[in-house]
Amino acid sequence: MIDTLRLTAEAAKGLLDSREISGAELFAAYRAAIDDRDDELHCYLHLCDDPGGDGLPIALKDVIGTKGIPTTAGSKILEGYIPVYDSTVVERLKMHGLRILGKTNTDEFAMGSSTENSAYGPSHNPWDPSRVPGGSGGGSAAAVSAGLAPWALGSDTGGSIKQPSALCGNVGLRPTYGTVSRYGIVAFASSLDQVGPVARTVRDCAYLYSIIAGRDERDTTTVELPHPVELPQAAELRGLRVGVPKELNEAEGIEPGVSAAVRAAIAKLEELGAEVGECSLPLSVEHGMACYYLITPAEASSNLARYDGVRYGFRADADERLEMYERTRDEGFGDEPKRRIMVGTYALSAGYYDAYYGQAQKVRTVIKREHDALFETFDVLVSPTSPTVAFPLGARTADPIAMYLSDLLTIPSCMAGLPGLNVPCGLSEGLPVGLQLIGPQFSENTLFRIGHALELAVGFDPVPERLR
Amino acid sequence: MAIDREQLLKVAHLARLELREDEVERLGGQLNDILEAVSKVSELDLSDVPPTAHPLDVVNVWGEDEPRPCLPVDEALANAPEREGNFFKVPPGGAA
Repeated sequence: MIDTLRLTAEAAKGLLDSREISGAELFAAYRAAIDDRDDELHCYLHLCDDPGGDGLPIALKDVIGTKGIPTTAGSKILEGYIPVYDSTVVERLKMHGLRILGKTNTDEFAMGSSTENSAYGPSHNPWDPSRVPGGSGGGSAAAVSAGLAPWALGSDTGGSIKQPSALCGNVGLRPTYGTVSRYGIVAFASSLDQVGPVARTVRDCAYLYSIIAGRDERDTTTVELPHPVELPQAAELRGLRVGVPKELNEAEGIEPGVSAAVRAAIAKLEELGAEVGECSLPLSVEHGMACYYLITPAEASSNLARYDGVRYGFRADADERLEMYERTRDEGFGDEPKRRIMVGTYALSAGYYDAYYGQAQKVRTVIKREHDALFETFDVLVSPTSPTVAFPLGARTADPIAMYLSDLLTIPSCMAGLPGLNVPCGLSEGLPVGLQLIGPQFSENTLFRIGHALELAVGFDPVPERLR
Repeated sequence: MAIDREQLLKVAHLARLELREDEVERLGGQLNDILEAVSKVSELDLSDVPPTAHPLDVVNVWGEDEPRPCLPVDEALANAPEREGNFFKVPPGGAA
C-alpha cells in the first residue's frame, strides 16, 4: 500500500530505484488518491493516462503547454485548445522520465489569489474545503498537500507559487527571473512570469528546480545558472545573516497568528546559528502594490491581445470580423482578465503612459535598489508569505482590491526579479502559515539551505489534519 | 482620476472587448477603484530615476539567422476554429 499523503518525491524515487514498487503501481496510487479526494477538492482540470515508464509522476499548472493535452489557463477562451508542441519545461521533465498526472486548476490566466477566478470553478483547501487553496496556482498546491501528486509545477507573477504553498502548507519556489524557460507557457506579464516547483520538502523542491532550470535558446530572457543546484544537507546556519524587513513583517492586515508563527520560526533560525537583524524596505512595500497593478495589467493587455478567435481556442458567432473579435473576447474572458486588460489598455494609452506605466517602471527601479542595498548587509530576508491563513471561499470575490492585497508581501521581491521560497512554519487556527525567504538573484542554493534547516527544526507535518 | 462611461467604452473598443451593459456598470466602478489605488505611484518624485523594464542585466541576445524546422501546416492549423485550405478562415471585413 503506497501512502501518497506521506510519500516525498525523494522517497518515491528510492522505492522505484530499488524496484520495491513499479512505475505503474506508483502512478496508479496517485490516480486512486485523485479518485478518492478530487471530487471534493477540484485540484485537476484534466487527468492523463499513465504514459508508461518508471519515472515519478508530476502535476502541472494548466498554464503550462503540453503537447496533445488540453491547456486552458483556467479560461473559457482556451476551451478545447490542445497544444501541438511541448513547453521547454515539459520537454525537460520528460527527458528525466517524469510522467504527467494531469493539469491543475488556476485562476484564469494566473490572475488571482484563490482559484476563484477559474472559469472551471474553484479548488478547495485540503486543510478545510470551505476555504481557498490560494492562487493562482491553488490546484497544484492543493494537489501536493492532499497527496494527489508528489510534486508539481506552478507559475508565479506576483505570488502565485509562494502564496498557495503558504495556504496549503507546502514548499514552493519562485525562482530568480530568467532561470526557467517560459517557452510554451501561457503568458500573463512577461517581465515577471516565472515557472517554479511546488513540493512537500525543500529537498524535493530543489531537485525539481534542478531539472527545469537553465538557459533555453527559445526563451531569450533565460540565462545559464551561475552555479549548479545543490541539494541541501546541513541543519545549521552559522555565519548566515538574516534580515527582517519591518514593513513586510508589521504590515497592516497581518494576522496575529501568522505573525506569531513567523516570529517563532525566526527565533529557530537564530538557534540554528544565523545572525538576525531588523531592516527596512520603506518604499517597496508601500508602493509595490500600485506598481504591480500597473505593470502587470499593461503587459497582460498586450499578451492577451492574441486571443481573438482566429487561430485557436474559443470563437463566438458573428457575421463580421471586428464583431467576431469583440464578442469572442467578451464571452471568452472572465471578469478578472477583462479588468486587467482594461486597466492595462488605459494605462498604456496616449496621454496616460508617462503618468502610469512610465512612472510604475521607475518605482520598480526604486524597489530593486532598496532590495539590492539590503543584500549588502544580509544574505536573506524573511517575512510571512501571506498576511492571512487560507480565507473562506467567497470572502474576497466581490472586492478586487481586497483580493489584490493577498499578495502584498510577495509582490515587492517579484518586482525586483528575486527568488523566494515558501516554507511552512506552523499553524494558526488549525491552518498552515508560510514563511518566505527572499534572497539576491541566483541565491536559490542559500534559500534551499536555510529552508531545509528550518523545515527540520520546525518539524511541520504537511499532511492536512483532517486527512491524517 | 475617474473614467467616465464614454472613456470606458473607448478603452473597451481599443481592447476589442464588446462589454455588455451589466459589465459596463460593474466593471466601470471597479476600474475607478483600481485606478485610484494605482495612482499612488504618482506620489513619488522620480524624475531622476531610470525606468526598469526587465529585472536582469541582460541585453540584446542575438541568434544566427538560419532557417530551422517549423510547424507543419496541418499542425499549425490544428486548433483553428475554422479552416479553408491552408488558411485560417474568419468572417469578412467590417468597419475597424
